[in-house]
Amino acid sequence: MSPEGLSKPDFDIPPEMQNQVALTTLDRIYNWSRKNSVWPMMFGLACCAIEMIAAAASRYDLARFGMEVMRPSPRQSDVMLVSGTVTKKMIPQIVRLYNQMPEPKYVIAMGACASSGGPFKEGYNVVAGVDKFIPVDVYIPGCPPTPQALLHGLMTLQKKIESQSLKEVSWYKKGPGEAIPVPVLGPDLIDLRKIALIREKSRPVADLKAETASAVEASQDGELPAKEEQND
Amino acid sequence: MTEAVLVNPLDNLVEHFPSGWLKKDERPGYTGFIVEREHLLEFARTMRDDFGFDYLSMVTAADYIAEGKFDVVYYAYKTIGGPALVFKVQVARDDAVVPSLVGLYPGAEFQEREVWDLMGVRFEGHPDLRRILMWEGFAGHPLRKDWKEPFYEEDVKPFKSRWPEGKPVNADDRNPYNDNVQYPEGFDPESWVPEAETLLYSGLQRVSHGEEFKTDELVVNMGPQHPSTHGVFRMVVSLQGEKIVDLKPVMGYLHRNHEKIAERNTFLQNMPFTDRLDYTASMSTNFAYALAVEKLMGVQVPERAEYIRVMMAELTRIMNHFFATGFLLNDLGVYFTASLYAIEERELILDIFEEVSGSRMMCNYFRFGGVVRDVSDEVLKKIHKLVYDRIPRKLEQFDTYLTNNEILRTRCEGVGVLTADQAIALSTAGPVLRASGVPYDVRRADPYSIYDRLEFDVVTGIHGDIYDRYLVRVEEIKQSIRIIKQLLRDIPSGPILAGKPAYQVRVPAGESYGRVEGPKGELGFYIVSSGKPNPERYHVRAPTFINLTSLAPMARGEKVADVVVILGAIDIVLGEVDR
Repeated sequence: MSPEGLSKPDFDIPPEMQNQVALTTLDRIYNWSRKNSVWPMMFGLACCAIEMIAAAASRYDLARFGMEVMRPSPRQSDVMLVSGTVTKKMIPQIVRLYNQMPEPKYVIAMGACASSGGPFKEGYNVVAGVDKFIPVDVYIPGCPPTPQALLHGLMTLQKKIESQSLKEVSWYKKGPGEAIPVPVLGPDLIDLRKIALIREKSRPVADLKAETASAVEASQDGELPAKEEQND
Repeated sequence: MTEAVLVNPLDNLVEHFPSGWLKKDERPGYTGFIVEREHLLEFARTMRDDFGFDYLSMVTAADYIAEGKFDVVYYAYKTIGGPALVFKVQVARDDAVVPSLVGLYPGAEFQEREVWDLMGVRFEGHPDLRRILMWEGFAGHPLRKDWKEPFYEEDVKPFKSRWPEGKPVNADDRNPYNDNVQYPEGFDPESWVPEAETLLYSGLQRVSHGEEFKTDELVVNMGPQHPSTHGVFRMVVSLQGEKIVDLKPVMGYLHRNHEKIAERNTFLQNMPFTDRLDYTASMSTNFAYALAVEKLMGVQVPERAEYIRVMMAELTRIMNHFFATGFLLNDLGVYFTASLYAIEERELILDIFEEVSGSRMMCNYFRFGGVVRDVSDEVLKKIHKLVYDRIPRKLEQFDTYLTNNEILRTRCEGVGVLTADQAIALSTAGPVLRASGVPYDVRRADPYSIYDRLEFDVVTGIHGDIYDRYLVRVEEIKQSIRIIKQLLRDIPSGPILAGKPAYQVRVPAGESYGRVEGPKGELGFYIVSSGKPNPERYHVRAPTFINLTSLAPMARGEKVADVVVILGAIDIVLGEVDR
């Protein structure tokens, strides 16, 4: 990269030295080096993964962005490209992989399914967007997004990386970051952060009726309703 | 071969059996026979052994809730070609038990599991009846008509309004949990014990320890996130040293409820969904679905449209086989080199698809009675250049570098062998079946569209190993080129769609099964229509899903490093496996 993109604040560098010297801030050089070697995780979910492969191949060539090194291990990757429909059966693994990625980590929701459930949103096994569980940095629309759209998304991510500052980023704060609880497969997908809500809303109808009945009873001094027996 | 095998017995089949065993299915629009549950096994055995219906292609079920019963539907064929034997078993919804056919046709194993998982029909005598697409512990059987998903709105589309009172309503907001979930009444998440997959692991064959020589047994989970599983596919492998003792595939990680959604959609709304089944070969899936619905509608496709259809289907085959061969090399350890060359060719074909349909991968190009847009002369010129110049040259390059490559041959020859008998019994299809020496190709065995006038050879292998599967694919590219050359020569001008384009099509009541020889094997759509704008039942016979039944028999006894290649040679695509 030419020093023009790096040099800031604008110091006057003599023209004969412009190709050898650059004056910059720590933030800038740190982000500049980070954004030009974002390693994606080698992880394809569905149709979008094929376009991701196409983007990595010679015609579109992700290597121009320093992103051609796909790592199969989450421990070595910087960005997770969620490329395809996220299903309930798969989301525990995705959350676990996300937790295993070292900071700084980014997530790109590639395509309609990963962003919101897409055409399959109404399906019983489909998670309506990966952002229900893990934070997403860039959303790419399309079904599937063309490789060009993916490249645009990655460039947007680069811009985001550029705008971060060492002073504020979470991964240099004290103490370990919090892991996202891995959802559990029950009669349906159980988000462990919503346990109270689930218990509250799935109480037996008889219970609810009894409660309202006893509330009515308290106000009217009526007899106990027979529905109490169905409780068991 | 006995003489009975060569005779088509379907005309007076009922008389062949004692009275009361079976009867003709006489509902209007239906075909085949209804067999009594008690006699199913004996009937199937007779049909297989005496009449030569050795290939059980499809097993599925349909829920007739108004009549209170399930139809379990079987489609069997002869591998020497000819029409289907369709037989059904009717069971009451509250007594949904059917004898399993796995003993006669091992290829039914996964399909019966799928019917159990999604419909809740229990198969008596099935060796391993677990859920296959959903997980153990999931509440309900989703494809039953009275089972409603959490985001349920109305029974069928088009919905009355997504904008009541002029405002859009978010589906999440209508759900009490603000998410795509629902729980049985009185469910307490804290007392729930997650399923530990004990059934899966206990079904795995283990090493039997000898007295003097002790080896450690090891169970390895490959996937669902693994670079060589071609998507979110998981294999549980038990090992003795490096040798595979047993293997169990676990799927459903991409189960996106295609069938349930499709039964809510109108017929035409399903066309783009079929693109997303086999997303590396969307034109072929379009083709099969269009055929199935056209059979019901009884429309005649115009000549030019037929040519365009076949041309697109064959281009898809070329593209798919390039992709499959390239990634087979990936699985062998040639990190991306070969597949980069393959993808280069694929991109050129994708350009053509983009030009004719507007999208690279999700073409949505076929319509009932034709195709949606005409093909311009420039596109035909491009295809001409591809098949006469570019692809044959590239194929030669592949041949030179790969076919006689010593490493490729050593790794592939004699690995993952499937004999012809096994391949038929396991209901494999496509290049896997043909590499085992069975010349079964739907384009020849049961010709559709204009394949009966085209000249091409059915490619077969001899040994049934990975190397033969590779050779079959390379040779099939050559045959596809041959077909496209004939099409380019003969393509007529004329209309491309029968009738006027319409959003809603009228589909008479009845059932139909449309099948094509997709790049990965027999791809079929089983559709039941009740005369309404939406299909009553919609089932996809996914070739790779059924081909996976053969994964365990092929992998047993091989080295663990080879299982990746064996899987690669089946050429799976998860969108189709899990649907």
